[in-house]
Amino acid sequence: MTPAVLAGLVGAAVVGLGLYGLIVDPQPLRKLLAFNLIGSGVFLVFGIVARRGAAAGFEFDPVPQAMVITGIVVAFAASALAVALILRLSETSGGVSLDPAVWTKPDDKGEKGDGQ
Amino acid sequence: MMGATTPGGFLLVLAILLPVGGVLLSFVLGGRFAERVALAVTPLGLALALAIAAGVAHSGQPLVYAVGGHPPPLGIALRADGISAVMLVAAALIFAASGFYARAKFSTPPGVAESRAPLTFWIMLQAIWAALTIVFVSGDLFNLYVALELLTFAAVPLVCIDGRPETLAAALRYLLFALFGSICYLLGAALFFGAYGTLDIALLAQRVHPLPAVWAAAALMTAGLLAKTALFPLHLWLPPAHANAPAAASAVLSGLVVKGSFFLLLRLWFYVLPGLPAPAVGAVLGTLGSAAILFGSVLALRQARLKLLIAYSTIAQIGYLFLIFPLASGAHSWSADGWSGGVMQILAHAFAKAAMFLAAGLLAESLGHDQIAKLTGAARKMPLTFLTLGLGGLSLMGLPPSGGFAAKWLMLRASVASGQWLWALVILAGGLLAAGYVYRILAPALGDGAVALKAPPQRGREAVALSLALVAVALGFAPNSFFDFIEIGRPIVMGTP
Amino acid sequence: MNLLPIIDVGLALLVLGIATWTIAAREVFGAVVGYVVYGLLLSLVWVRLYAPDVALTEAAVGGGVTGVLLLTAGARLRSGGGKEAGEATGLPLRVVAAVLSLLVALGLAAVVLFLPEPPATLAPEARAGLAATGLGNPITAVLISYRSFDTMLEKIVLVLALTGVWSVAADGAWGRAPAPIGRMAPDGALTLLTQTLAPLGIVVGLHIFWVGADAPGGAFQGGALLAAMWMIVMMARLAEAPRIDARWLRLALIAGPAVFFLAGLAGVAWGDGFFSYPPGFAKPIILFIEAFMLLTIAVTLPMLVAGPPSKGAGR
Repeated sequence: MTPAVLAGLVGAAVVGLGLYGLIVDPQPLRKLLAFNLIGSGVFLVFGIVARRGAAAGFEFDPVPQAMVITGIVVAFAASALAVALILRLSETSGGVSLDPAVWTKPDDKGEKGDGQ
Repeated sequence: MMGATTPGGFLLVLAILLPVGGVLLSFVLGGRFAERVALAVTPLGLALALAIAAGVAHSGQPLVYAVGGHPPPLGIALRADGISAVMLVAAALIFAASGFYARAKFSTPPGVAESRAPLTFWIMLQAIWAALTIVFVSGDLFNLYVALELLTFAAVPLVCIDGRPETLAAALRYLLFALFGSICYLLGAALFFGAYGTLDIALLAQRVHPLPAVWAAAALMTAGLLAKTALFPLHLWLPPAHANAPAAASAVLSGLVVKGSFFLLLRLWFYVLPGLPAPAVGAVLGTLGSAAILFGSVLALRQARLKLLIAYSTIAQIGYLFLIFPLASGAHSWSADGWSGGVMQILAHAFAKAAMFLAAGLLAESLGHDQIAKLTGAARKMPLTFLTLGLGGLSLMGLPPSGGFAAKWLMLRASVASGQWLWALVILAGGLLAAGYVYRILAPALGDGAVALKAPPQRGREAVALSLALVAVALGFAPNSFFDFIEIGRPIVMGTP
Repeated sequence: MNLLPIIDVGLALLVLGIATWTIAAREVFGAVVGYVVYGLLLSLVWVRLYAPDVALTEAAVGGGVTGVLLLTAGARLRSGGGKEAGEATGLPLRVVAAVLSLLVALGLAAVVLFLPEPPATLAPEARAGLAATGLGNPITAVLISYRSFDTMLEKIVLVLALTGVWSVAADGAWGRAPAPIGRMAPDGALTLLTQTLAPLGIVVGLHIFWVGADAPGGAFQGGALLAAMWMIVMMARLAEAPRIDARWLRLALIAGPAVFFLAGLAGVAWGDGFFSYPPGFAKPIILFIEAFMLLTIAVTLPMLVAGPPSKGAGR
């Protein structure tokens, strides 16, 4: 068991934990946290792949590590967009719910805002 | 060498850089320049798409470009084959139509330097175009991941561009489904890299063999892409998102954006993994597709609003796309038919659905609502709009002459020839159900009744919607050379580029 | 040494414990704080994985900036009075979710343990191409040379995300500045800390960027640190968030991708095609591109945290 393998197993465990949180928690902000957790677990899998690729005088394979750096930045941007939507939804409607039943009425008249 | 640049390959980079440059210019110039940049980019993008198609047709081989002079496995290769080229041209046409259509609604008002909705719309439209271009021509799985993220970030704000709480909730749900899909896809890519040390599609195809890591990667990437393509049962996010977005956005979302992730599924199963012995995959995806066809069509029949009906119809028509997996895999005599049918379905649905959403938008603007029950006699007042809906519906039903008919006919032929009768039954049932919901829209409109128009529809926008519907019909007359063209570059046997 | 595995095992247990806390915490605030700590611990794991560049990025962006984003979100949600709706999840769903998550985690662990040997790697190719770029840090070479196309597109993704964040603003608020981060009247301690820390942080950030060509570091890591400095300056009210229609802001936000874009186009003239570099002159061009990327990242990250323009933001 090398540190790299241990890190890979931690990554797998974190993915599982995040998945549990994603399914179980109804609040969008908590789901976002769970997504970030899963993402970090996926990056750890990249990490073990990179460490296993030590060769040619390098202690790591640089390509997967570069992918992780790109991924971390993209994941942050996704979180920022999700937060903006959550906050705006809370502002305009007083609550944040992903439950479709809150928003659709059975015989939605479709009259508001359909001048499109 | 497979990753080597071919003459004409530079067109692929230009095709991507054009809308990217448009996004940057629109962002920094802002205001009404965003619209002008977007409309200037449109004909250039179409020209590039046609040039790429000509290049592929002329050489009979895919166009390849190794970006930065670094061929795979270290660098990124762009690769445009037959289906890439037709999707690029189709996308260019639909973007042109949506852009022209949207000018009436998303122009910056006079006297204001910059306005929120117009700036957002024109930037996002070009960004979706850039993202889809990369999806269609990139040959590297991580590059495609970045493209998928770009696509999501561009599509989500279009859903909630009008700011109503329902659209914000729909956009948030779309974003969460899309993020789930991206994470699954990324994990799959990590496993592919761990197994083979590259993410280039052509190189992976050569190296792939049955390993636990490969099965896991295939399953994960497929699950992620299914969520993004809204295949049953992961379709929950699509109807509210597409129905409540503005019409021009819905046209692009239903017509093109969902096809992007489906295109990657084709790349995954027909280009990366044909060497994998996986006959069950076709059956599973075909079954889910059949469920989508039946479920989506039945739900469409029950909708009270036109745009929701069209959105549920998208879910059903996406189901047809997944019949390509059981019908086109392997090197059998019917596989070419299955492949041609699937690709024709992508194109016919893209044009027909875009046309119908644009027409529904015109209807909603002129009547002030999109309630189907109150459409009695509307066809008399808006003949061109209903002609568009009718022609689009013709393609969705699969009646001749139309691209939809060609697609379903080819798929029927393939399923009969391969002895997979179940899919034939599903296709026929789906056609009947589609006829049902198209009838629901058209019958009251063609009947007697008076309906009050708030404003007559603009002829130019009606013509644009109608032209898309006419393309959907014209696809039914595609010559054999078209079907040969979309075979260019497709690996038929294990490992062949 | 026998000590090393104990450090690794201890770290692994801590990381898993904090991750569990993040999921299980009752309140958003507690969960987010847990996530920030998790991010910092994770960067230690990355150091153990011989990935200092990733460790820097994870600490700065993954833990730090994301933490500020989520804390600000939690605070704004609470102060807005909005409640997060959704009934508590019932036991059957929890059990199903737990079983599913366990299966996924075990399956992933098995796949990771049994990746094929010998490990496939691109390190030799990366080493071989390094001399042509003149760089010493292979990760910078991958980001700005071998796979520069990905990096340029990722910068476009950032611009898109920011436009998306801005687009949820109210129509009447367009063009204004975002609402201030943090409290309206910061106390003296925060002001003092900022006045001492910010210049130091800026110097360190620039240094990390500069050495990134040959040692761990680079535009992303340095930019994230500069972004953090601007954020605490804004939180201490020593500077205000700019109006989103400010010309300088728009230019700064696209400077990175635009310079990258133009350099990519120029590759046809001076190199081997798009996004290539002239042999022997690659390093100066790469540093030039990275300098603008630094600017863009330093400006984009705080604007993403600041959020959409707001009516109540003074100007």
